[in-house]
Amino acid sequence: MKSIFFHLMPYRDLPADFEQRYESVWVTPPNTELCDPVKVAQYYQWNLDELELADQLGFDGLGINEHHQNAYGFMASPNLMAAALSRRTSSKSAILVLGNTLALYSPALRVAEEFAMLDCMTNGRLAAGFPVGTSMDVNRCYGITPTETRPRFYEAHDLIMKAWTQPGPFAYNGRFNQLRYVNPWPQPLQKPHPPVWLAGGGSVETWEMAVNHNYTYSYLSFFGYHFAKRLMDGFWETSERLGGTFNPYQAGFAQQICVAETDAQAKEQYLEHVAYFFSKCLHIPDYYFETPGYRTRRSAEFAIKTGQPGEIAKIASLEKNWDTLVDTGMIIAGSPATVADRLTEACKQLRVGNLIALLQIGSMPHELTKQNITLFAEGVLPKIRGLWADDGYEHKWWPQGAEQPASAPAPVAGS
Amino acid sequence: MADPTETYVEVKDGAFKIRVLQAGTGAAPLVYIHGAGGLFWDPLLAGLADRFAVTAPEHPGFGQSQGLEHVPDLWDLVLYYNELLDTLGIERATLVGHSFGGMVAAEIAANNPERVDRLVLIAPIGLWLDEHPVPDISGIPPADLPALVFADPTGPVAASMPAPDPTDPESLLTAVNSLSSVLQFIWPLPDKGLHKRLYRVKAPTLLVWGAQDRLVDPAYGPAFSRAIAGARLEVIEGAGHVPQLEQVAATRAVIDDFLG
Repeated sequence: MKSIFFHLMPYRDLPADFEQRYESVWVTPPNTELCDPVKVAQYYQWNLDELELADQLGFDGLGINEHHQNAYGFMASPNLMAAALSRRTSSKSAILVLGNTLALYSPALRVAEEFAMLDCMTNGRLAAGFPVGTSMDVNRCYGITPTETRPRFYEAHDLIMKAWTQPGPFAYNGRFNQLRYVNPWPQPLQKPHPPVWLAGGGSVETWEMAVNHNYTYSYLSFFGYHFAKRLMDGFWETSERLGGTFNPYQAGFAQQICVAETDAQAKEQYLEHVAYFFSKCLHIPDYYFETPGYRTRRSAEFAIKTGQPGEIAKIASLEKNWDTLVDTGMIIAGSPATVADRLTEACKQLRVGNLIALLQIGSMPHELTKQNITLFAEGVLPKIRGLWADDGYEHKWWPQGAEQPASAPAPVAGS
Repeated sequence: MADPTETYVEVKDGAFKIRVLQAGTGAAPLVYIHGAGGLFWDPLLAGLADRFAVTAPEHPGFGQSQGLEHVPDLWDLVLYYNELLDTLGIERATLVGHSFGGMVAAEIAANNPERVDRLVLIAPIGLWLDEHPVPDISGIPPADLPALVFADPTGPVAASMPAPDPTDPESLLTAVNSLSSVLQFIWPLPDKGLHKRLYRVKAPTLLVWGAQDRLVDPAYGPAFSRAIAGARLEVIEGAGHVPQLEQVAATRAVIDDFLG
């Protein structure tokens, strides 16, 4: 089982009445009113310190991603963060950039170049995430026509894979990328290329792409493992339908996690910051979420007919008190033993071998975040590391340059 | 009111299957191109059918009409309309377009001036004035839309507008697909270079604007009329973005007067 410390890099000091005063945490929160660069300078230092701490404490990987005009994640360029991490982390941890939003780049050759640079700078520790991206980022912040979201994504993927694996120079004649000379210097260090990680929110096409290309699929939501179940089942069913072979390492899921000395302390220490996340950081109007045309007609039909918008709305409207958050699995919180037990249950239920652990949540301050990371690394990670170890699966999607743990797997929690 | 016939017309060997409403006994063809609100037989079309052979095609990808994937950009859409007119046997027609349909009609009139007899644009989009940004209709709460579209957002016309049934997945899906088929040509701003092409419009042109249009500000009226030689601009009081519904008689009067 791989544990990845994933950092969203949120603004930790939004005003108390933010969600009453402003339309959205994403796209339109007015920057001069709300985003103080002096604070951001401090946040970036904390964020990188927290990622580096996770590396020192033995996390398998460090995860970062890309969002735009977003107060819960102002990492417009995750590649800049990955570059900083490449010089400040050990040779053990993988660096998972989950990822670069391909449709935004024209030519998408830029992504092939920067990921190849990062792969070389990290000595082959890079996992290359190719998300389709959210409608907020792609359509609203970067102005991509909604119905071009998928076509641009597929074409960028095709161009990048060719740029990484075919000898240059060659011509590429795409609809959105027309290049006479494709010849990036360098190509990636990992051969044939860095492992590709797809991330999604439940689009049928993304599941099929992961299976057909043998990439990993990670379900990235903030609603926890109960909610993830049906969507992860959808991925595994797609895999079976298309003749894929089950391997838990082909899948990952994101989970918000709060670890304290005791279950009671977890509530006392973290509730305020988790509540901040759910009330402010997810304050996004539904008309931003789903610009018509962002989903293909097929995926729109799937989403509407399986009631996804209704289900998300239902979850979003729940009162976010501690018991609800814990009972619905939106957060996994408590003592290291409690957290390890629930994570084991969650990963078994979802059949995933990559845990994307969200350990800095909302307004969580630097010291408390360090505690969360430390308690997870010392008390939880050893207990879940051995999950799947005895089942004979090989992790074929882990960066070649990241060192595999040499020691025998620790016993699975509860066993 | 003349009842239109509804047929599905195949264009380009079946690549497009387009719902077409037709009515009228007049010899002169008139083609109506609808806006993002959709195609329905309204009093304006019924009135026009008294004098013209009215043909109102649905936009590809809108409602039940198919073929959006074959018109990836605006240039393809203009060529498609040429194909559609050929298929329908309409060599030359009066074009009437509303809002997004007005932009499409203007593009056709600029690209193929020989096919357009007269041009009526009702609150067309297609130009951009920094001081009057056209709101993003997909980026606001649906409940805020009537205030942008209608002079009287709480009046009977606003109340009679069809809305998707939130409990019916098919209806929701059709609404999403329909809007996406329009956004494909106007994202992120409805300025795709029409201002460079309007000089080619040769047809006598009437511009009709609701004085209380808060979606496409009436300031766009002079912007269009300056760009199209000899264009006439009529502003209808008491109407918003859909003057043909909010002020039926006044709108019909200026259009009838123009069409002679």
